[in-house]
Amino acid sequence: MSRRASTALPVIALLAALIALLAYGVTSRQPDRAVDEALADGERQPAPSLTLPRLGGGGSGSLSDYRGEVVVLNYWASWCDPCREESPLLQRWHRRIASRGGTVLGVDTLDVLSDAQAFIRETGLTYPMLRDRDGGTQSKFGVVGYPETIVLDRRGRIAALRRGPVDDEFLTQTVSPLLEERS
Amino acid sequence: MRRLLATALASTVIASLLAVTAAAAASCPKATLADIEDEIMCPVCGVPLGLADAPQAERERAYVRRLIDRCSSKQQIKRALAAEYGPSVLALPENDGFNVAAYLAPVLAILMASAGVALGMATHQRERRRDAGDQPAPGDPPRLDPADLARLDAELKSHER
Repeated sequence: MSRRASTALPVIALLAALIALLAYGVTSRQPDRAVDEALADGERQPAPSLTLPRLGGGGSGSLSDYRGEVVVLNYWASWCDPCREESPLLQRWHRRIASRGGTVLGVDTLDVLSDAQAFIRETGLTYPMLRDRDGGTQSKFGVVGYPETIVLDRRGRIAALRRGPVDDEFLTQTVSPLLEERS
Repeated sequence: MRRLLATALASTVIASLLAVTAAAAASCPKATLADIEDEIMCPVCGVPLGLADAPQAERERAYVRRLIDRCSSKQQIKRALAAEYGPSVLALPENDGFNVAAYLAPVLAILMASAGVALGMATHQRERRRDAGDQPAPGDPPRLDPADLARLDAELKSHER
């Protein structure tokens, strides 16, 4: 190997490492769309595990606590106007499905605790709430915006999702059939 | 006499008020939003708060303002923000424990890169000198092959005889 080649090799290796690092940085920031793709193929993937502190204290809560129930998992934040707009609908649906083995489960994310508590008081929400203070669990569901809602069947599988505010039509089409299913 | 007493009383009241204000100012640290904004992140936007105008950033600013109004120091505000949003809200990690690596690593990287460049340049110059040593300097006669040199010496000696 010539002297010039032996000098150039480490430089090329360093450049390649830098490019690989940049590529990793770019790709790792891409949202995970595996759930969307599975749903598009008609598959229900098992929901990832999720354990978070209950908003306002009282220990922690987990998705597994609701196994056997239809869960409407809603990521929200008090600073998000669409979240405020959809919250009365979610509250109505929580009351509607609670007696039929269903629940809405809110996940407050990237929020000041006192702001979140004020939001809950003002909107009169009574469904259970978890707190993801740094948004660490969002990537599990590919959450990139607010609000986003993931519907789980009684076996803890992801049956539907809405990236954006939910409406009555979406909940009727996705949640109602799941309530009829057995676990 | 009465006027003198009134003046003395007014002076005492003013002095007391000034003292209380000064004490309050001294006990309330002078943290400002502008000073803090570039040291904390807007977690939703992924940029320093000073560059962000998302709704979450506005709410974060409002929270910082509330803490400033409560006389919280810059460090207290940063700790409160980390408690609310997690440590990733801090643009710069705390300089203790393992976090020191965040400050040392760039310095070490620069030192190692500088050493690498210096070593490379030294090697390159040494090679150039060695290559130059193999070649005759401009203006010098071309070097002779040792065999030719020996033959030339022999011929010169034969002429000297």
